[in-house]
Amino acid sequence: MKINLKINNQDKIIDIRPDEMLLEVLRKNGCLSVKHGCDTGSCGACTVLLDGKPILSCSYFAAKADGHSVTTVEGVQNKVEKISKYLVDEGSVQCGFCVPGLVLTTMGMEKELNNPTEDEINHYLSGNLCRCTGYVSHTRAIKKYLEDKK
Amino acid sequence: MKQVNKSIPKIDGMGLAKGKPAFTDDLTDSNAIIVKVLRSPHAFARIKNINVDKAVKYPGVECVFTHKDVPRNVFTRAGQGYPEPSPKDKFILDEYVRYVGDEVAVVAATTDEIADQAMKLIEVEYEVFEAVLDFEKAENNKSVIHPEKESYTMFPMGFDASKNIACTYDMHIGDVDEVLKNSEVVLDKTYYTQAQAHVAIETHSSTAYIDHYERLNIITSTQTPVHLRRIIGEALGMPINKIRVVKPRVGGAFGGKQQIHGELFCALVTLKTGRPSKCIYSRKEVFESSFSRHAMRLNIKIGADKTGRLKAIDLRVLSDTGAYGEHALTVFMIAGSKTLPLYNKVEAVRFGGIVVYTNHTPGGAYRGYGAIQGNFALESAMDELADKLNIDPIQLREMNMIKEGETSEIFKIMGEGGEGTAQIIESCKLDYCLKRGSEMIKWNSKYLHKKINADKVRGIGMAIAMQGSGIPNMDMGAASLKLNDDGFFNLLIGATDLGTGSDTILAQIAAETLNVPVEDIVVYASDSDLTPFDCGAYASSTTFVSGNGVRKTAEKMKNLIISEGAKHLQINVEDTIFDGKTIKSKDGEKSISLKEISKGWLYHYGQGQEQLIASDSYVGKKSPPPYMAGFVEVEVDTKTGHFDILDYTAVVDCGTTINPKLALGQMEGGLLQGIGMAVYEDVKYNKYGQMLTNNLMNYKIPTREDVPNINVEFADSYEPSGPYGAKSVGEIGIDTPPAAISNAIFNAVGVRINDLPITPEKILMAMKKKEQKK
Repeated sequence: MKINLKINNQDKIIDIRPDEMLLEVLRKNGCLSVKHGCDTGSCGACTVLLDGKPILSCSYFAAKADGHSVTTVEGVQNKVEKISKYLVDEGSVQCGFCVPGLVLTTMGMEKELNNPTEDEINHYLSGNLCRCTGYVSHTRAIKKYLEDKK
Repeated sequence: MKQVNKSIPKIDGMGLAKGKPAFTDDLTDSNAIIVKVLRSPHAFARIKNINVDKAVKYPGVECVFTHKDVPRNVFTRAGQGYPEPSPKDKFILDEYVRYVGDEVAVVAATTDEIADQAMKLIEVEYEVFEAVLDFEKAENNKSVIHPEKESYTMFPMGFDASKNIACTYDMHIGDVDEVLKNSEVVLDKTYYTQAQAHVAIETHSSTAYIDHYERLNIITSTQTPVHLRRIIGEALGMPINKIRVVKPRVGGAFGGKQQIHGELFCALVTLKTGRPSKCIYSRKEVFESSFSRHAMRLNIKIGADKTGRLKAIDLRVLSDTGAYGEHALTVFMIAGSKTLPLYNKVEAVRFGGIVVYTNHTPGGAYRGYGAIQGNFALESAMDELADKLNIDPIQLREMNMIKEGETSEIFKIMGEGGEGTAQIIESCKLDYCLKRGSEMIKWNSKYLHKKINADKVRGIGMAIAMQGSGIPNMDMGAASLKLNDDGFFNLLIGATDLGTGSDTILAQIAAETLNVPVEDIVVYASDSDLTPFDCGAYASSTTFVSGNGVRKTAEKMKNLIISEGAKHLQINVEDTIFDGKTIKSKDGEKSISLKEISKGWLYHYGQGQEQLIASDSYVGKKSPPPYMAGFVEVEVDTKTGHFDILDYTAVVDCGTTINPKLALGQMEGGLLQGIGMAVYEDVKYNKYGQMLTNNLMNYKIPTREDVPNINVEFADSYEPSGPYGAKSVGEIGIDTPPAAISNAIFNAVGVRINDLPITPEKILMAMKKKEQKK
């Protein structure tokens, strides 16, 4: 079947299988920053923005995204660089596998939450798992980023 | 120091954050054949018949392999030194399947869906055997898990497959029984540690293709590229000069990628079809069909006098290596060799036990590598002793622990599967770590516990730990430096960055030695064709072993620049200096910049043209342990057993931190993994040997909402044998949480949980039991 998908501001008509997940479709279409980490919507590595809101692309049917707009870090490199500078400075990009998903969820959080507390930050981002850092450097970085943005 | 002990950004950090294609699955040919593995539904069975006819004929299937179609060479999947200290007990595919998830057949097809469909068409008839699922009943069980004749060990390690014994080891110093008998106080306790899953967020991933030289290329998410090349060659019976292994970025490893996984299957498929292939494990496969931490039973006896002076320690371990023996001997030995030297003043010490086969997912390398298991037993027992003697736990440790300038005979006796290497401890700031940590957590005002309200009690606990820095006289790290025009360098290293930041810190070491900016060091790592030998990232080796290799290489390059520069300037070598920018005579009369001379050497010095390249290698003469003290405060609800970890404080002696921010990241990440093992994580099976925790919904790793206040400080320490004073930092962070948390719970509510993980349920049951006894 064919769907209309706006990927990183480019309109595309994509041929998909009805049972295909958005994650696979995005990777096939060059968005390799979107990662496959689990099969149960548990890890957050596949996070993308659908019409600006973070969703898990591994458990989102591509067919359901028909007519919508998807953003991955490939499409917002400048913004990603701004946030990631803080992550890199804190040493919190270790293996880096989870970071594109984390950055996109952070972008979603920025839109939804005004002046989030540390607990609110950790709650909002809790679906993005990381096994390398122990998370504390993420929190330090994101707090600093939000502080400096003010 | 200009470049070292400096928190520069990780050199690949921004690229990774921006999602550059860097991991195995990102680098795979888009036309790669999909490789999948049909896995055993039984914990222990023999394949009586296997019929793949329908699968082979299914449109889109490229090939199918069963045990009848692959070379029958026995090998071990453990990426360790050579001769390998793990039993060789694995075939590519075998007629026996030894755990739920073991490999039955390999299917290659043009798409995922076709491969899945084809697997369903394979008809297998099994003869099912009684499985061994209780590791305490594995020895001499009537079910023999490895009945095959071929399995063997490369040196004696007590391997006895007929008894389900993968290996045994025993050592002693002094007469332990006699000293225990004469001790005023004797503690005799048993502890259990569970299997833990690594849960690197990138699943095991590999891809293979044949290049234009008709050689097999494997790109894979591995910690040990050169070991992998050797093992693939051995398993397939092919010369390793036909194999190239490249490690791209690795999405976390923690020991889980110190074994081979799908690489062999990709190799089989690509060699047969001539086409690129890829094998990406599902999360379920990672849980069920890779490796987990060896579960152990640890019995410890400690003898002491009434003042708390330790007289003897006797540690006896039973370890569960599951269906195959990867890292069986070495993990088990480290439960003793990286814990017992902490208390080096005993008159007698004994360590021993056996490692058994069961029908569980194999045990494998995992950060901490035995030390975390041993630490839980030793450091819990120390607190039990402190309680018995009514001594402050910190004081008990201070009285007995190893100090700078001292040694332990254990270093000489116990090594990586065999004899060890004697060493004097030249850097050990444990005394400072204890003092500073207790200040930070306010030990004196918080010990033992504090009632918060009718239900809640806070308790405080602690533990100390040690690890190592590489395997001395065995594991080697080598490097090359090449000078380019414009005066920048390529640093080629076999060392394997797993997200740990080793590419960055090794560049810092090279830059420091050459006195050049880090930007002038371009790193290329972990390519078996192009980079010098390095055993890989394990045993806390990279900073110390590879780091020293890089330091020596950079010194050679510096000397080369000076000697060749002297020739060009026509001055004596002894009168020549190189300050990182300029080569000049001591009197300053003659000089030339590195930028200029490097151009000349490559482009226009005629017969004076040459490529400056230096290479050196390093094998440790010792393995200086990093040390740490961990302190934790918990709050327990006495009505429910629920507890929160409020604060985890760690003070660490890892020598010089080459990059303090990255070292901090290793510590914080290690601590949370240790906390995960202590209180959340548990690989569980049902009575059929099926794993119940085979996905991230049932196997919970800590999320960012589970993180306590974590406070880490580094002690001011300098290890003379390390590169710029550095020791390792990758593993030490994981070791203390199980014992420290258990000790804190005991101090809070007076019950001790001796089997991990420590759960509210266990605490509540123990409290009820204690009340009933009253």
